[in-house]
Amino acid sequence: MAELMTERAQGIRIEGLRKRYGRGDTAVDALRGVDMAVAPGEVVGLVGPSGSGKSTLLKCLGAVIEPSGGRMTLGDTSIYDEGWRIPDLRALRRDKIGFVFQAPYLIPFLDVTDNVALLPMLAGRPNGESRERARELLAALDVAHRARAMPSQLSGGEQQRVAIARALVNRPPVILADEPTAPLDSERALAVIRILNRMARQYQTAVIVVTHDEKIIPTFERIYHIRDGRTHEEAGEGRGLE
Amino acid sequence: MISLAGRDILHGWGKFVFTGIGLGLLIGVTLSMAGIYRGMVDDAEVLLDNSGADLWAVQKDTLGPYAEPSNLADDLYRSLQTLPGVARAANVTYLTMQVSPLTDDPATGDPNARARRAMVVGVVPGGFGEPGQPESLVAGRHLTRGHYEAVADISTGFRLGEQLRIRRHAYRVVGLTRRAVSSGGDPMVFIPLKDAQEAQFLKDNDAIVAQRRRSAANPAFNRPGQPQVLDAVLAAQTQSNSVNAILVRLTPHAYPDQVAADIRRWKHLSVYTRAEMNEILQAKLIATSARQIFMFLVILSVVSAAIVAFIIYTLTLGKIREIAVLKLIGTRNRTIAGMILQQAIGLGVIGFIVGKTVATLWAPVFPKYVLLLPGDAARGFLIVVIICVLASLVAIRAALRVDPAEAIGG
Ligand SMILES: Nc1ncnc2c1ncn2[C@@H]1O[C@H](COP(=O)(O)OP(=O)(O)OP(=O)(O)O)[C@@H](O)[C@H]1O
Ligand SMILES: [Mg+2]
Repeated sequence: MAELMTERAQGIRIEGLRKRYGRGDTAVDALRGVDMAVAPGEVVGLVGPSGSGKSTLLKCLGAVIEPSGGRMTLGDTSIYDEGWRIPDLRALRRDKIGFVFQAPYLIPFLDVTDNVALLPMLAGRPNGESRERARELLAALDVAHRARAMPSQLSGGEQQRVAIARALVNRPPVILADEPTAPLDSERALAVIRILNRMARQYQTAVIVVTHDEKIIPTFERIYHIRDGRTHEEAGEGRGLE
Repeated sequence: MISLAGRDILHGWGKFVFTGIGLGLLIGVTLSMAGIYRGMVDDAEVLLDNSGADLWAVQKDTLGPYAEPSNLADDLYRSLQTLPGVARAANVTYLTMQVSPLTDDPATGDPNARARRAMVVGVVPGGFGEPGQPESLVAGRHLTRGHYEAVADISTGFRLGEQLRIRRHAYRVVGLTRRAVSSGGDPMVFIPLKDAQEAQFLKDNDAIVAQRRRSAANPAFNRPGQPQVLDAVLAAQTQSNSVNAILVRLTPHAYPDQVAADIRRWKHLSVYTRAEMNEILQAKLIATSARQIFMFLVILSVVSAAIVAFIIYTLTLGKIREIAVLKLIGTRNRTIAGMILQQAIGLGVIGFIVGKTVATLWAPVFPKYVLLLPGDAARGFLIVVIICVLASLVAIRAALRVDPAEAIGG
């Protein structure tokens, strides 16, 4: 628990992160030294043109691809330092990182509650406790009334809120969101960002939102621009929080 | 933890149940094929059981009476009866032939409508309890008169009191048995030995007349002043003194192999014990059919495996996205493989239940005996499960190859 608190206290730090796809003549340097820091409770935007390396950065942070160099730290735990520092990446993803995607990607054969409760269950928590946590979050995200529905019976916005609940349910110190508002209209898109901000503050989670979405870019207080595999920090307009 | 496989099956149960039913029909056919084989083996056993014999004495160097023709003199049994260890010895004839009811079929008016192949067994009338006799009648009485009575197996469809035609003569059905069948599955019709000998060896009227004329014209038989010689010759020619086998029942403490050896030595006959007879039936009569059926079983197993593999593979490919998400959020490979494996086994279980049910339902409709042994069902279930496990391997391989990065996308 103490460890968790310190992680929360320090958020995400990325230093000089590099990623090269392939080798030889066809090698692509997708990341050429990315520096980033996200404090607990903060939501930052990550924007950049197509092919600039946004998804690559999320995949490195999400521990599904291996960087080629640099450092990544969650709290005071170094997870990558010129090589993985964590033996079980699967458990890292399950316990420390929440994912939200462009499409909600809910599991179609599980109802809303179990879609959310699945993560704590995978981590070995009892079903009852897992569902209790899921219901709590669904209530916080205003979808408690759809708790017994199947994903296919929900609207797009409801599905995205369930996906956020799933990302939050293990109380990860980090949430990675890849274009979470793309399929939503501006009102729903803003609602999703508001929810992410509220949850980030409530659970002291560091949130990175990759986006192209002009509607939501003005809501961030801080924005990282990524171009040719390098990041540039910028102050955002910071409007639209609550 | 919840059962991902179970939830997925419940969610898409229609697909599952229909696939399961399809697979089940295939498994039903497979179980029936095995049942047909068991039925043949059982028919052979029943044939030997019903004969009530411990030893079969047949013509020397033949595999008679079921697998090869065998002819013996019908007075030999007397000398067998005197041998030590022999309790009873009885003549018997077997002949598979057409048996038809004398009366026309009331529905069609066709006398041959209800005709059927049967194994006609000639037994000594009044000898019930002796080897070869029909056992436990379900209706009527045993053969008592020397001529023109019959005891028929109930599966011939003939009724008590009905008249049958076998060759030239009519026989009244006085009794009915159950499960008296030849090794080929033909029902048995028991008639008195003398009639059976006649039916088996007798020529038709024209042939007899022609033979009489020939014999009368032969000066060796038709001697002047000795008309009784011709009469004796004619009687010998028209009468048959042959039977197909002598069924021997032993005294309680006799050794079958010992008695068989004695008969072989002293009587110059071939003799088979129960075990040897069983071996003859299995190896000579059933073996080819058994191999045929085994081929079918192999093909059906391969087809079932292909179907399960294809279905499970398709179902899995349809879930690649979900599998990528499951992996991304930290599901173990073991859990994902388990999910696919359980679904494959679930499909197999549905298929097996459907298969066992339909095989049981349609077994009585088969013309030959279909014997569904619980042991075969258990073995079948095991094979189905193994096939499903093997068939799911392709899908599991595909699922394990899914990259969790796919869930994040480009
Ligand atoms: N698996 C890969 N193998 C080789 N090159 C790759 C691979 N994935 C991405 N790249 C390359 O790396 C660069 C960055 O890709 P990335 O997907 O991170 O871009 P992005 O910023 O997410 O773009 P978009 O906004 O279009 O999603 C691109 O030039 C891309 O072609
Ligand atoms: Mg991208």
